[in-house]
Amino acid sequence: MRSLLILTGIVLVAIAVVSARFHVSTAQQESYELTHADEIKYTDFAHYLSYIDDSVRNETFENDAKNRILEVGSDKEFSDISNALAASRDGDIIQIHQGTYRESGLIVKNSITLLGIGRPVVDVDGQGEGIRIIADSVHIEGLEVRNVPSSHSRDHAAIRFDRVSGGKVIDNRLDNNFFGIYLARSHDLEIRDNHLTAYHVRESASANGIHLWNSDRATITGNTVIGHRDGIYLEYVQESKIFNNHIEKNIRYGLHFMFSDDCIYHHNRFEDNGAGVAVMYSRRVIMKHNRFADNWGSASYGILLKDITDSEIRNNDFYRNTIGIRVEGSDRVKIHHNKFNRNGWAIRIMANSMDNHITQNNFIDNAFDVSTNSRRNNSTFDSNYWDKYSGYDLKGDGFGDVPYRPVRLFSLIVERNPMALMLLRSMFVQILDITERIMPTLTPETLIDEKPLMREVEISL
Amino acid sequence: MIAKILKYQLRDVMRSKWIIAYALLFLIFTDVLFRFGGDGVRVVTSLMNVVLIVIPLASMILGAFYLYNTREYIELLLCHPVKRHQLFWGMFLGLALPMVLAFGGGVMIPFVYNGVGPEAWSAVLLLVFTGSALSVIFVGIAYYLALRFDDRIKGLGLALVICLFFTVIYDGLILFVIYLLSSYPLEKPVIAFSLVNPIDMGRILMLMQFDISALMGLTGAVFRDFFGTKMGMMIALVSLLLWLAIPVSAGLRQFLLKDF
Repeated sequence: MRSLLILTGIVLVAIAVVSARFHVSTAQQESYELTHADEIKYTDFAHYLSYIDDSVRNETFENDAKNRILEVGSDKEFSDISNALAASRDGDIIQIHQGTYRESGLIVKNSITLLGIGRPVVDVDGQGEGIRIIADSVHIEGLEVRNVPSSHSRDHAAIRFDRVSGGKVIDNRLDNNFFGIYLARSHDLEIRDNHLTAYHVRESASANGIHLWNSDRATITGNTVIGHRDGIYLEYVQESKIFNNHIEKNIRYGLHFMFSDDCIYHHNRFEDNGAGVAVMYSRRVIMKHNRFADNWGSASYGILLKDITDSEIRNNDFYRNTIGIRVEGSDRVKIHHNKFNRNGWAIRIMANSMDNHITQNNFIDNAFDVSTNSRRNNSTFDSNYWDKYSGYDLKGDGFGDVPYRPVRLFSLIVERNPMALMLLRSMFVQILDITERIMPTLTPETLIDEKPLMREVEISL
Repeated sequence: MIAKILKYQLRDVMRSKWIIAYALLFLIFTDVLFRFGGDGVRVVTSLMNVVLIVIPLASMILGAFYLYNTREYIELLLCHPVKRHQLFWGMFLGLALPMVLAFGGGVMIPFVYNGVGPEAWSAVLLLVFTGSALSVIFVGIAYYLALRFDDRIKGLGLALVICLFFTVIYDGLILFVIYLLSSYPLEKPVIAFSLVNPIDMGRILMLMQFDISALMGLTGAVFRDFFGTKMGMMIALVSLLLWLAIPVSAGLRQFLLKDF
């Protein structure tokens, strides 16, 4: 029944969109007046939508017979949120009307819906935490929570889920908080379309935007996180999905992953974060279709892989990072179909990594394509496109006949003496590189692309 | 009077074919880079390597050759009531200006008809500025050498050696010093080193533009902090002006005192 209703809803929306387009185009030719028939059609449609909406909502809470709507507002039944919360039962909807509520330490004990109308503001005003949820399947939507204070001893959060399962946080604005959304031992949550902004300058005074600890199967999508310590932080999180988020200008990492297996993140944008994205001590992580841009600094990466196994990095765009990917102690990671453009170092791979496979990537305009810290190499590079490759393809099979050595002698020199970087692009350094390429004595013997591509790989980003 | 000599000089230089070949070289090279599918910024990066090697070499050799070849003409003019310093400035600008124009024009024309974005324009303008400064500096050095040594072989040989020194050997020495003193803080000395060599200075100015992501690493911060500030920019400019002034004034002095 429910799916049927949704289906009819979708069909109606499609019809409405098409007819609206049609009307606009015809109206542009003649006049902008709507006829009476049109008005009826639109009101019908709106009515239908509200009906669908209600029915879906009723189904979410099983005891649909009893659920009530509690109104909070200056001229409503409840003047503040805490009273409404105290009066609520499972399945209730608390509608919070526009206004500023100076409340803090709100505790949600029942499975209810907190719905902001006209984006009401909960101003914590430096008084501890914002909203704490200790009931399952709580739905929070359309609120703005402000001014949760920094603390060195307590993890104050704007919205905290504590040992629950199920629940949604949708379309909220969290402004100037310590922690934004905090999940502790809470499973199956959906965090969608929220906008988090913080303004701290120092790492010690700030906290993470979306923080998950010991929480499995979370869905984090469509959020914007700006100016927190870590944009998204995951610790002991399994099987979660993180996608379509925009993580920008956070003080430390855009996304920080610890001991979190079987997670997937895709179609996110990580820009101008202090140190990019760090993926640590995790297995079976899939990272695809993300964009890592402008992560600048001496310890700043697009992705930092530390002790990662059996993972996959594909179809990502690395643009103007100091280091595109740093691979450290990571095994069996497949890196393929990525685009590395104008990075300082595209890939820095440490000798303690094994059996990684780097293939079908485009390396374009990077100062250094690959660098390493040893002559030993236990990973394979093949079939990549290197813009600095100068070989030929007599066989005509699309692969160069001469192997390509992506590690320049100069990158080893810089490794040992960072100040030598000032000689980048100097004639002298180019001569050194050419001699080394002809007679390799210092660069790793096995770090070599036997089949460099002659043309760029087609990559869908 | 300078204007008159300059006009005559320009006509003379334009009539000879090498300056046109020089302009065409840059034009064709830039055009080919565009044709090989480079966008504006990539073309500038590739050009940068050429500019830093070709311009000093060409300015040096052409400058020295030109002065040796016009020796008789200079002697002829000196028999007339022409002041020596006027003649020198006429001769100097008469070569430096066409060199700058040929280079700037040759590089910029393909950028105009390929229609690149503002980022590429700021890059190419920096490139043209650096190239022009290098042209003038090395023409100045060439004039000094040509006036100092009457023997062509000696003059040209020395010109080549100086060129090689600034493009290659100097950087080798820096690397040597960096290796030798790797346990000392070398940030400031290295900046000073880069200010001493005009080619290095040009290179670092352009690195700041193109390889900003690599420079954002440990070392880069040092350069960014220096060249990014007003003080650093002033010092760089002063050093560039010194590089313009010293060889030319030395050449002028030679010219004034020389017994032709």
